[in-house]
Amino acid sequence: MELRPPKFSTAAPWRLWVSEAAVEYKQTRQGYVDALIALAAEDPRVLVLDADVAKASKTCDFEQAFPDRFFNCGIQEQNMMSVAAGLAIEGFLPFATTFGVFAACRAADQVRNSIAYPKLNVKIGATHCGVTTGGDGASHQANEDIAILRAIPNMTILVPGDYEEARLATLAAAAFVGPAYIRAGRDNYRVVLELHGRFEIGKAKVLRPVGEWTIVSTGILTAEALEAAGILEEEGIHAGVIHMPTIKPLDRDCLLAAARGSRGFVTVEEHSILGGLGEAVCGVLAEEMPRPVARIGMRDTADELLTKFGLRAVNIVESVRRLAAR
Amino acid sequence: MRVEQLEAKALEIRRSIIEMVYRAQSGHIGGSLGATELLVALYYQAMRHDPRQPKWDLRDRFILSKGHCTPVLYAVLADCGYFPRPDLATFRRPGSHLQGHPYAAKTPGVDASTGTLGLGISTGVGMALAAKLRGQKHRVFILCGDGEIQEGQDWEAAMFANKYKIDNVIAFVDRNRLQTDGDTERVMPLDPLAPKWEAFGWRTEEIDGHDFPSILGAIERASTSLGQPTMIIARTTKGKGVPFMENDNHWHGAPPTEVQYRRAMEALGE
Repeated sequence: MELRPPKFSTAAPWRLWVSEAAVEYKQTRQGYVDALIALAAEDPRVLVLDADVAKASKTCDFEQAFPDRFFNCGIQEQNMMSVAAGLAIEGFLPFATTFGVFAACRAADQVRNSIAYPKLNVKIGATHCGVTTGGDGASHQANEDIAILRAIPNMTILVPGDYEEARLATLAAAAFVGPAYIRAGRDNYRVVLELHGRFEIGKAKVLRPVGEWTIVSTGILTAEALEAAGILEEEGIHAGVIHMPTIKPLDRDCLLAAARGSRGFVTVEEHSILGGLGEAVCGVLAEEMPRPVARIGMRDTADELLTKFGLRAVNIVESVRRLAAR
Repeated sequence: MRVEQLEAKALEIRRSIIEMVYRAQSGHIGGSLGATELLVALYYQAMRHDPRQPKWDLRDRFILSKGHCTPVLYAVLADCGYFPRPDLATFRRPGSHLQGHPYAAKTPGVDASTGTLGLGISTGVGMALAAKLRGQKHRVFILCGDGEIQEGQDWEAAMFANKYKIDNVIAFVDRNRLQTDGDTERVMPLDPLAPKWEAFGWRTEEIDGHDFPSILGAIERASTSLGQPTMIIARTTKGKGVPFMENDNHWHGAPPTEVQYRRAMEALGE
């Protein structure tokens, strides 16, 4: 991929480090559902459940393709999770789909006790995660789902960065036996070509070689992390970029390898700084190879936009600069 | 088995329950004693199952949704031969496969893990839906506590089962009218219970949950239900069989002392 040289513009500094080919936007939720349709054509075990958000989660496309293998549970996320557990006990491969807030918060007990504790092969597809949920506001933004699910035993957490990676992550989750949570958003997100190709659960992707500083990002904000690294490079600050599409199990080896060559880390996630990627990274580093870490994510403040939350490339740049100035 | 044999079996199982909870000094005696006839009727008469093949595909399934009543479930499973009887002495101990609440990943014969209340009907309905998708004829039996039915998830499952016409589910409510904090009708009223389930599209029956012919008759009728799941409301006595434990909610979750243990075993004919 060819990168355009950065030119600062006060209007939109975060749009400059994007290659021409990559200026395309697609939905991660669509990646999830497109994978389900492809999977179902091959694997008779695949079933999809939804809780009255099929139009929003895009599982309506699956329903159209496989009406007999789609179950709309109505507005009952708790029942949906336990029904999915029952189907998995009998050897089916159910994908229980709803918004992240409902999957992780409303149905947390069922996810924990019906699915994760008995290690059942249920996949949870969560859409509308993070702050990019449109106008629905705070009640519908899942900014604590990763934290909740990280603490639940046996749960694998996948946070893909764009449409194609969401598709690959869903295929990988289907091939893996055990409970998994696939985190997608609502909006059209920038296509990031660097994320395409392989997807291996538990493996990080080093998108820019590790340098004095390392940015660790997950989900759709990896696009911002890449841009930030480009801007910093212009200033003579080399920051590596590690994309972490699996939050649990976390790729410790990759992090520690980066820590060997890095003076500090900045973590970036569309999630609360409490209990998410940032704290997962801090945990590994604190135990094995302490390095200063600046966490970028939601800080218990209420607002609606990535920019206002300080989740943009400029904020990442700022954090690395601050570390570098120490 | 003849009714007298089933009754003798129930007595044996009740002794195992007391023994298990006494040894562990922890566990739920009252609800276990009250549900003994229901489990004996299922495992020794009504259900198709084979302890030598716990995962046999065509077996009838059973879910103990009131998961705290593992003493009666484990006593029955051990007696049927799903695992060695001496394992019962490890009940609730660290490392034992006989955890306080059913754990399917570890215990042979346990079809679904439960524990927090309200999960069982949903899970059973999912398993029954799977059987329908495969054209299989086996049934899924579920035992719920009456207090448990206060959980909202049960009513979600009730609606779902009605929508998908899950007629291969046969559920029981163990209607002993007591929950942890006391009389169900004082804690959170459930009556009239049968009309509630009927309004949600279920067949219902009300039976004496200690009478084998009534239990077996209700199961037989439920097994031929077309298009409707069945909820059998089984009137029971918590602590049944040990007079000083009957209807005394102290025995919801308390273990017996040595003196109480001896008195209970005496009452059960030992």
